[in-house]
Amino acid sequence: MPDNGASQAKVAPTAANGAAAETRRQRMRMLISALGMLPVLLVLCIGFHVLSEGRFFTGQNLGIVLQQAAVNTVLAAGMTFVILTGGIDLSVGSILAASAMAGLTLSKLPELGALWLPVSVLTGLGFGIVNGALIALLRLPPFIVTLGSLTAVRGLARLLGADTTVFNPAIPYAFIGNGSLTLIPGVASIPWLSVIALLVILVSWLVLRRTVLGVHIYAVGGNESAARLAGIKVWAVLIFVYGVSGLLAGLGGAMQAARLYAANGLQLGQSYELDAITAVILGGTSFVGGIGSIWGTLVGALIIAVLSNGLILVGVSDIWQYVIKGLVIIGAVALDRYRLQGSART
Amino acid sequence: MNDPILEMRGVSKTFFGIKALRSVDLTVYAGEIHALMGENGAGKSTLMKILSGAYRPDPGGEIRIEGRPVRIEGPLGGRAAGISIIYQELSLAPNLSVAENIYLGRELSRSGLLARGTMREGVGPILKRLGADFLPSTLVAHLSMGQRQLVEIARALHARSKILIMDEPTTALSAGESERLFALIRQLRAEGLAIIYISHRMDEVYALGDRVTVLRDGRFVGSLDKPEIRADTIVRMMVGRDVSSFYKKEHDPDAGRGHPVLAVYDMADGQRVKGCSLTVHAGEVVGLAGLIGAGRTELAHLIIGAGTRATGRVELEGQEVNIRTPGEALEAGVAYLTEDRKALGLFLDMSCLDNINLAVLGRDARLGYVLDRDKARDRANKAFASLSIRAANVGVNAGGLSGGNQQKVLLSRLLAIAPKVLILDEPTRGVDVGAKSEIYSIIDNLAKSGTAILVISSDLPEIIGICDRVVVMRVGRIAGEIARGPDSPLTQEDIMALATGTEHLDA
Repeated sequence: MPDNGASQAKVAPTAANGAAAETRRQRMRMLISALGMLPVLLVLCIGFHVLSEGRFFTGQNLGIVLQQAAVNTVLAAGMTFVILTGGIDLSVGSILAASAMAGLTLSKLPELGALWLPVSVLTGLGFGIVNGALIALLRLPPFIVTLGSLTAVRGLARLLGADTTVFNPAIPYAFIGNGSLTLIPGVASIPWLSVIALLVILVSWLVLRRTVLGVHIYAVGGNESAARLAGIKVWAVLIFVYGVSGLLAGLGGAMQAARLYAANGLQLGQSYELDAITAVILGGTSFVGGIGSIWGTLVGALIIAVLSNGLILVGVSDIWQYVIKGLVIIGAVALDRYRLQGSART
Repeated sequence: MNDPILEMRGVSKTFFGIKALRSVDLTVYAGEIHALMGENGAGKSTLMKILSGAYRPDPGGEIRIEGRPVRIEGPLGGRAAGISIIYQELSLAPNLSVAENIYLGRELSRSGLLARGTMREGVGPILKRLGADFLPSTLVAHLSMGQRQLVEIARALHARSKILIMDEPTTALSAGESERLFALIRQLRAEGLAIIYISHRMDEVYALGDRVTVLRDGRFVGSLDKPEIRADTIVRMMVGRDVSSFYKKEHDPDAGRGHPVLAVYDMADGQRVKGCSLTVHAGEVVGLAGLIGAGRTELAHLIIGAGTRATGRVELEGQEVNIRTPGEALEAGVAYLTEDRKALGLFLDMSCLDNINLAVLGRDARLGYVLDRDKARDRANKAFASLSIRAANVGVNAGGLSGGNQQKVLLSRLLAIAPKVLILDEPTRGVDVGAKSEIYSIIDNLAKSGTAILVISSDLPEIIGICDRVVVMRVGRIAGEIARGPDSPLTQEDIMALATGTEHLDA
């Protein structure tokens, strides 16, 4: 086929150009998906700094942002595990409230008071495992199960304090709620709440990326039937992720209790699940599961905290803050779609 | 024969500089069933989409219908030219009734209101002609796959199509439904329709085809008339070389005799599988043949614990094993390659590295749980080299690979556990010719090293090409077994006779 060879020789240079452009485009796309929303976070910070006439990047304000982001970061880390398997956990706000109530109630008992912290966390774990068991063993849809526990656990939280606010101004370990870890005396310190949040992110990253279980979580989210045929115990993975989500909601409850010295079963943690879900989605984790990273979640949680803080600094009214935050969520999901389209082609 | 109803001359189609079709010719007459064959990627679907108007051909070619040159444009163009296509995935709306589906896009209305009654009456005669056992008012969701196909055909007839294209129509049908469909296709041929029948299955082409056209790599290879239709000729035309060099079988089947590795007794699930027993020896490749719906995949699922057993037991090397889940099967050394690698096998969003290592992560892990990434990378690189998997590197997502390379990645995962028994379910489905031949050679090498291999395949030349022995299933039971002898080769006729139950007619 001499003619065929000649025509191939003719198109070869353009094809090579096309291929180079294509690899460049792919590299660009990979960069975009690796950085995720980090550029957005930086732009927001700088923008608020300028708009607030230099009040954003101060040690004090950054400390406030980190502290405000802490509880949501912890909840969002748990939510990342769940969403990576293609599920959802709507009950974290209620579990947080119930755990805080359980912890505070216990902290008032003189002999057992010091145990309040582990009890809070374990209360969360217990609720999470119940969620997971219902989803994994009875094969009920996660949305329905956690929607149910959102309501039921909220009721239990009210029951725990006889529907009143529980105070304990002398709660043990109060420092984790309001104290700071001094890095350089007199110059830099970081709130304990933020230290806990960062540790949670670090441990989550280790589990997701460095353990067998982590691969199994991604596998279940990517293709549940294939995971089952590959010998993965899907039920165990599901119970684990909902357990983690519950445990971290319990930890979040303890953090809130230590910070406020009080908890109210009706009000504490209302609609926290929405902020946690928003952080995960902003972080680029796919809603259908299997794709995403814990670092993205951290960035997502920071974006939410920076938005709240910055909008207040700039003097935007409470009402408009809602509108702007809502639009950011929709914009993030649109971005998620675009990224998925990009990765499907490669 | 009279003048052709459809004539395509020199039709080409280029996508972004890649030639999907190169100057293809196709001539179809009224009142014939014309089988169109070719490997995946040979250009069959592209050709059909040109006929339906979904793709516009490159300038230069010509399409004539009943002698007149036509231009088919847009999705309605094909229908306007008298061509209807029934796709593999049926295109019916399950939430609408039969009549509404048949009239879809051309609904009748009276003064702006849907004339439901008239539509139902309108489709009555066609359904009757097709021998349908359901009403025009039945919801499509309540119909079986075979009945839905009937609705598609009724839709084509209702549009007064003269050319009916069917793309692998029996993939979702049971054996009985397929038989009824064949009878109906023959009836339509007698009524003067031209039917273009796309299929990979040699037995269907034997049973139905009046003529066969073969495509390869987007080119027209040739057409065969009824007396010339022979499996080896078609396979040679499809793969472009002799069958004997294409399939590889060098392992010695006698080497493993007398040492059964996998023995299955009286396996049944109470539905699709009814008491099946079979044995596979070390170093032996056993084919599991049968029509689609015969229960072969279901039997494999029962063996590896992915289905619910009613009765049955499994012995490995003479020891009874209790396999309840696919995980336990892997632990026992029984690996299963699924027929549906995208839905049930691979994790398309995960890297080849993770896909390959998935089954051995726990075994390799440090402290029982922490991933050993060096070992994993090493294993994946070795698999890439030994199975010649073509991808940029082991970190590429499995979803981005070609069918053949995906299959090899999945196979690597199974081989990582060094299985004693390997069950391969349609190992070369959706795989290009080159990778097919490589997979055959992998199977052959595994058999040489003593692995017991069970190959489920609907591709009879493949079974004959690579197996030492064939077990044939028919409606949930083992219908019989054919061994290859020194002077008694395996034949398609013998296998088909067992698979369809016609061997008693000869006796």
